[in-house]
Amino acid sequence: MTAITPALVKEHGLSEDEYARILQLMNREPTLVELGIFSVMWSEHCSYKSTRVHLAKLPTKASWVIQGPGENAGVIDIGDGDACIFKMESHNHPSFIEPYQGAATGVGGIMRDVFTMGARPIAMMNALRFGEPSHPKTRHLVSGVVSGIGGYGNCMGVPTVGGEVNFHKSYNGNILVNAMCVGLAKANKIFLSAAKGAGNPVVYVGSKTGRDGIHGATMASAEFDDASEEKRPTVQVGDPFTEKLLLEACLELMATDAIIAIQDMGAAGLTSSSAEMGDKGGSGIELDLDKVPQREANMTAYEMMLSESQERMLAVLKPGREAEAERIFRKWELDFAVIGITTDTKRLVVKHKGRMEADMPITALSDEAPKYSRPYAEQPVAVGFENAPSLPKRDILKSLKQIMGSPDMCSRRWVWEQYDTSVMADTVQHPGGDAAVVRVHGTKKGLAITTDVTPRYCLANPFEGAKQAVAEAWRNITAVGARPLAVTDNLNYGNPQKPEIMAQIVRSIDGIGEACRALDFPVIGGNCSLYNETNGEGILPTPAIGGVGLMQDVARMATVAFRRVGDAVLLIGDTRGHLGQSIYLREIEGREEGAAPPVHLPSEKRNGDFVRKLIEGGRVTTVHDVSDGGLLVALAEMALAGDVGVDVGVAGTTVETVPFFFGEDQARYVVAASAEEIDKIEGELRTANIVHAIIGKTIASKVVRVEREGEIALSELRAAHEGWFPRFMSEELPLTN
Amino acid sequence: MKSAVIVFPASNCDRDAATALEQMTGKAAHMVWHQDSELPDVDLVVLPGGFSYGDYLRCGAMASQSAVMRAVRAHADKGGAVLGICNGFQVLTETHLLPGALMRNAGLKFVCRPVSLEVDETQSAFTRKYSKGEQVSFPVAHGEGNYYADDETLNRIEGEGRVVFRYAAGDNPNGSARNIAGILNEKRNVLGLMPHPERVVDPLLGGTDGRKMFESLIETLS
Repeated sequence: MTAITPALVKEHGLSEDEYARILQLMNREPTLVELGIFSVMWSEHCSYKSTRVHLAKLPTKASWVIQGPGENAGVIDIGDGDACIFKMESHNHPSFIEPYQGAATGVGGIMRDVFTMGARPIAMMNALRFGEPSHPKTRHLVSGVVSGIGGYGNCMGVPTVGGEVNFHKSYNGNILVNAMCVGLAKANKIFLSAAKGAGNPVVYVGSKTGRDGIHGATMASAEFDDASEEKRPTVQVGDPFTEKLLLEACLELMATDAIIAIQDMGAAGLTSSSAEMGDKGGSGIELDLDKVPQREANMTAYEMMLSESQERMLAVLKPGREAEAERIFRKWELDFAVIGITTDTKRLVVKHKGRMEADMPITALSDEAPKYSRPYAEQPVAVGFENAPSLPKRDILKSLKQIMGSPDMCSRRWVWEQYDTSVMADTVQHPGGDAAVVRVHGTKKGLAITTDVTPRYCLANPFEGAKQAVAEAWRNITAVGARPLAVTDNLNYGNPQKPEIMAQIVRSIDGIGEACRALDFPVIGGNCSLYNETNGEGILPTPAIGGVGLMQDVARMATVAFRRVGDAVLLIGDTRGHLGQSIYLREIEGREEGAAPPVHLPSEKRNGDFVRKLIEGGRVTTVHDVSDGGLLVALAEMALAGDVGVDVGVAGTTVETVPFFFGEDQARYVVAASAEEIDKIEGELRTANIVHAIIGKTIASKVVRVEREGEIALSELRAAHEGWFPRFMSEELPLTN
Repeated sequence: MKSAVIVFPASNCDRDAATALEQMTGKAAHMVWHQDSELPDVDLVVLPGGFSYGDYLRCGAMASQSAVMRAVRAHADKGGAVLGICNGFQVLTETHLLPGALMRNAGLKFVCRPVSLEVDETQSAFTRKYSKGEQVSFPVAHGEGNYYADDETLNRIEGEGRVVFRYAAGDNPNGSARNIAGILNEKRNVLGLMPHPERVVDPLLGGTDGRKMFESLIETLS
């Protein structure tokens, strides 16, 4: 037997204290297999040991929440017996090491999380963050990640309907790939992972187990250094073809009543799936690894338990139903094997070639896993540029063009045209709007989906920045006319053992909690990715929020496009000219400074509820929320989307032109409709005491015209907006900013 | 019109095709598994889009060897209508029911967007409700739709009026020879095309330009 030396313990990413705790829980020295199992189950990735204490503070309940955090994905009731199942998850570390496979298996993993609960995936989103464009790796990473996401999702036949792409130097050594999957199931046919009862067969389905991805979860729980390239073998290789078969086979099996519990083999593969199913079911699990379908010869128990080979599931069936299940998986040409049995011992027992390789209490892997209240030291929040600060006089139309053509604000067409956005024939709002909308198949209802976070706000002020991420997701869903229902959060940070990073985590979670409570927008699932650091440099705090909302009639959906000439353009919400951390300040003045915009949640709710009612009532169909880049950018996007010009002014406010048009004040929407309709709406806004202003009208001339400033042709703006991404990717742009 | 949709492992537009057919004909399509060696009694067989057999070997190559394709060939030989969309077109060229081949897109990337097409030929069961030269918009979604054939073949199919759809000038998404988007076989009962008519039968999904194809089929085959 392998001796467990301190060096071996350290290699497994376990601290001395943690190993002492293992000795205590086991009452003996662990075997190598047991040590490997502890290593992955106690990794940050699987145990959430630094964040569990804080995540417990998030609001997770509402009358429409069927399943909150703790399962493979969260579930909400969307009426008429239907349920929506969704979750977002990171695949950051693997995607940096091997972008195509890292991103592809990230997509595959999150899809399995959703279909393991009985849902057919109906839409994918992704939130991507790359290093600065001038970094020598950026182009390669963008290219690999985008084709990996497309390669997997397109083959699965699930539309990828939107997401975010941002560039910032803090991601030079740690890109973020957060993928979100939304699925549809019947509310009375949700499958959970609790392996209840003893004596039930444990079956393995899907692909064979190979030596890929061993220790992926441990790798994802450590910082990078210059030798990170050597970690490439820990990245899994995806096969969407097998996953598509697995999806269809699982849904076919789920149509029977043979399943007691089912769980995908994601991070930490066979180990985490069996331990979690046993833990949730309050049972034990005994595995015979001789029965595991193996891709390679002479695999050891250690390798099999830690492999992260993709496209595999573990299920517990009702006794006697094995043959029926096997028939379905054979039809789909997938492996099927009974590899174990549930017991009443609450122990995970692993046998291989007649040897006992592991025998451990399951609670040691779950409840007894370490949980840390790590020390945190709050940093002073950034201040400045709050209320219409005076900045150098510049041509604002030139500034607009520069911003519309900047890496963070330009069109992402180059990205989304590589994704199949219309397969499944239910995509009613494609990428490029405020939120994507997919129809609930066979009905008039639609699900609105968005992912949002503005990391620079979160660095300046983790609390307000996190509130803003939630508020923006809520606003984007509202702006298409849907009622926001729930979120999944994907929290990406640096090393939690640094008190200043831990403070970002704690304050972000506080901010998410406050906003979600105020907006009645519960958190039903999520994922944390920590240790996003390279050589001690961490990323911007990036709590990505994936939101889902419901609309009753997709025919009434709003889009950002101006639809006709002669409509009045109305701004709803208060414009104070907040330029701290704004795109304008960064792109035009070259300053990443100032306070994050404050989020006044009661105004968010009041303004958003008002706008949603207009859309639901069929009174307006052109709506855009005002966010990154401010009002003039929003107007330009609306003009470009509809190919209709617009003529606007400052509408008698006292705010100066630059802060008025480029400030990033929150809780604002632009709405366009006929002058008579806007007139009526204005009266209602006055009654409701909501700040607003008619700022202009749509015009026949295809320009963006600003009172006293001049005009710029839509063709010129479009060329700038559409130009940057393809030019950057085709290497026409030099690698300097 | 009675119709069937073939389901290969990793077909993924099978449901979309069935939904469009049901919407247009009022009748549910038969879903036929790739291992079935017989077809139900139908007028139209649809080979749907997707990634049959994971695109392994070559797109459509494995599917062309499946049991059901022998039955599809027999259906075509008897004059039955066959519509291959996207991966279905690839299967039809691999089966040699249609000439030429579909190579990797010239831009080397998957491309999904609406494209403008010109209806070049209305003398077919698939296009009689369109007018010649009519511009329509269908989405494409493929990585390997770059139509290739030798000049002699291209001249022949053009001369025989078998090029049914062409990408409008300047809107060729994949580098296809002579902007070819869809072609007929010699007997004019088999059509393969890369763009997706079944995704444009519902006004909420960005257009209804695909409806006339189904209306043409219904008129011809009912």
